[in-house]
Amino acid sequence: MLKISNLQARTNGKEILHGINLEVNAGEVHAIMGPNGSGKSTLAHVLAGRDGYQVTEGEVTYEGRNLLEMAPEDRAREGIFLAFQYPVEIPGVSNTYFLRAALNTIRKHRGLEEFDAMDFLGLVRKKMTLLGMDESLMNRPVNEGFSGGEKKRNEILQMALLEPKLAILDETDSGLDIDALKIVANGVNSLRSPERSIIVVTHYQRLLNYIVPDFVHVLYDGRIVKSGGKELALELEHRGYGWLDETAEATPPEL
Amino acid sequence: MTEVKEYQDVYLASFARREKEFAAGPSWLREIRRAALQRFAELGFPTTHDEEWKHTSVERIASVPFEPAQAGPAGAIIDALKGLPLCGLDCSRLVFLNGHYQRELSSLTGLPKEVRAGSLAEALANGSPALEQHLARYAHFQNHAFVALNTAFLNDGVFLEIPKGSIVQKPIVLLFISAASGPPTVSHPRTLVIAGRESQATLIEGYIAVDEEPYFTNAVTEIVAGEGAVLEYAKFQQEGRAAFHVATVQVRQERSSNVSTYSFALGGALVREELGTLLAGEGAEAALHGLYMTTDRQHVDNHTTMDHAMPHCSSRELYKGILDGQSTGVFNGRVIVRKDAQKTDSKQGNKNLLLSEDAVINTKPQLEIFADDVKCTHGATIGQVDPEAIFYLRSRGIACNEARGILTFAFANEVIERVKYKPMRDRLKAALRARLGAGPGREDA
Repeated sequence: MLKISNLQARTNGKEILHGINLEVNAGEVHAIMGPNGSGKSTLAHVLAGRDGYQVTEGEVTYEGRNLLEMAPEDRAREGIFLAFQYPVEIPGVSNTYFLRAALNTIRKHRGLEEFDAMDFLGLVRKKMTLLGMDESLMNRPVNEGFSGGEKKRNEILQMALLEPKLAILDETDSGLDIDALKIVANGVNSLRSPERSIIVVTHYQRLLNYIVPDFVHVLYDGRIVKSGGKELALELEHRGYGWLDETAEATPPEL
Repeated sequence: MTEVKEYQDVYLASFARREKEFAAGPSWLREIRRAALQRFAELGFPTTHDEEWKHTSVERIASVPFEPAQAGPAGAIIDALKGLPLCGLDCSRLVFLNGHYQRELSSLTGLPKEVRAGSLAEALANGSPALEQHLARYAHFQNHAFVALNTAFLNDGVFLEIPKGSIVQKPIVLLFISAASGPPTVSHPRTLVIAGRESQATLIEGYIAVDEEPYFTNAVTEIVAGEGAVLEYAKFQQEGRAAFHVATVQVRQERSSNVSTYSFALGGALVREELGTLLAGEGAEAALHGLYMTTDRQHVDNHTTMDHAMPHCSSRELYKGILDGQSTGVFNGRVIVRKDAQKTDSKQGNKNLLLSEDAVINTKPQLEIFADDVKCTHGATIGQVDPEAIFYLRSRGIACNEARGILTFAFANEVIERVKYKPMRDRLKAALRARLGAGPGREDA
C-alpha cells in the first residue's frame, strides 16, 4: 500500500530525514519508535503533506500513485489519515459541523451517499460512547477547551468516522493516563482490518502493549536503523535508545 | 479651494429650487433647515485633512452633482423585493423607495395600537408635537457636513413613537430600497425613534439596492431610549456595488436603559457608518456589535463614539472586519468618560481578518478618560486565517478554498450569534454563506 524509498526531507533549514525506506502492506500494523529529534513527526507530516517541509530526495508511492504530488485534501480523500500529536483548536467551528463536512466530503469522493444532520448525529453518538467521550463535546468548537486526552480521543473519533485505508498515529499516547490510553488503543484496535494499514509513531513502548504491532522499526537520526517484530519494542524498552549509536555506526546509511 | 466651493454650490442651488416645497413645513423646521444649510455651506465636505476623515476621502461623493432621488412606482420593485434579505420576515414593516414612503408595500397591522409608526413626512404634515421636541435635537450638525446636509434636505423617513411601558414583541423593519436609473441621485432618509420609559422594541433598519447603478444615500437616524427602555437596533447595509452610503446614527440613553446595536455592512463602494451613543443617565447599558465585509475596491469606514456622561454605566463593543481583494477598511472606536462618570465599565474590541495581500485596515481605539474610578479596556487585532487550522481541515479531506470559507464564516459568525431575533440571524448567516461560498447549512448548529 505504501512504499517509501530513500526519503530525505528538511524543515527550518535543517535536514531531518536522511533516507527512509519502508514498505507497508494492507492489513499490517507498523510501529515506528525513536528518541526525540529522530524525525518521527517529520515523517508523519511529510506523509500528510504539511507546508514547511521540503522533500530533497526519494519517493513515496501510495497505492501506486506518487503521494508527494498529491494535495493534503486529496491524500485524505484517497484514504490517508493522520492523528495529530498536537491537534489544533478551531474556535467558532463546531465539532459536529466539522466532522460531518469531512465525512461527507470523503463519502462523496467514494461515491457514497452523504449523511444528513440527523443520521450523522446517530452515528457519531455510537462511536463517542465507544470512546467514552461526553456528548457535549460535539457542540463545542473543534478541540477548544478539550483536555489533552479529549483531543486525542477526538482524533480517534475522526479516524473511526472517516475509515481511512492508511492511518498514521503521531504520538497518540503522549499525555495520556493509562485509562485513556486503553480506550484509545481499543478504538484503534476495533479499526484493524485486512484492508487497513496503521503506522503507530511512538516514543514509548507502553502503547504497543495494547496496539500490538506486526513490525517495529527504529528511527534514529533520520534513518530506520533496525527493524524487527514486536519483541524489538520490548528490547528498546529495556535498553533505551543509547545503544543505537553503535548500531548506526555499524550499519552504513543506504545511498 | 475653488473646487470645494463648487461642490457645495450644487446643493445650495438644489435647495433654492426646492424653497417652496420646504417652506410648506412648520416654521421650527424651516429654521432648522436654514441653519443646517448655512452650516453645510460653511463647512463644505470634509477632506482627508480633517482628523475624523483622515483615511476616508469623500471626493468621489462630493464631486458628483447628484439630483434628488424620485419615487418610483411600487410595482417596479415588488418582484425584486421577494429576493432581498430582510424581506418576508414576519414583522411590521415600513418600506421606502429612493427615500419615499411606499404605503402599498408597508404593513403595520401587527403593531400594538398605542405605537405610532409611519412616514416622517406625514407626521410633519400632521404637526406631531413630539417632532418639534425631538427632531434634530440629538444628531448635531454643527461640525458634521453630512448631518447638516441631511437636516437641510430631509424629506421622508420613519417616525416611530413607542409609548411608556409598551412592549412590542415582533421586530419592526424599516426598509430603504434604492432602485437607481438615469443620472445619479441622492436621498436623505431621516428616522426618528422615541422609545418611552420602560418600553421594549426591536428595530431592523435595512438599506438595500436592487441594481448596481451609482447613487448616494445620506441617512441620519436618531434614537431616544427613555428610562428603563430596552431596545435592540440592527442595521443591515447592502447598498449597490457602485453606491455611496453615509449614515449617522445617534442614540441617547436615559437612566437604566439598555440598548443593543448591531451593524452589518456588506455593500457599497464607499461607506461611512457613524454610530454615536450618549449615556445620559446613570446605570445605562450599551452593547455595540459590528461586522463589515469588503472585497474588490470597497472602502468601509466605521466610526463609533461611546460617551459615558453619567456614572455607573457599562458599554461593550465588538466590531469584526473581513477584508478581501484590494478593499480598505477603517475602524475608529472612541470612548469618552467624563469627569463625573465614576464606576464606568467599558470594553471595546476590534478584530480584523485579512483575506488578501492587498486588503488594508486602519484601526484606532481612542480613549478619552477624565474620571478616575473606572474600568476601561480596549484591543484591536489584525490577522489572517490560521494556516494550522486550514491544514487540519485539509488533512480531513476538505478542499483548501472551502476550509478558508469555513474559518472565515466562523470568524464572522461570532457577531451574528449575538443577534437575539433568530429569523434575522438565519438570514444573516444565509447572506454570509452566499458571500463566502461556504459555511454551515441551516440544519447545523
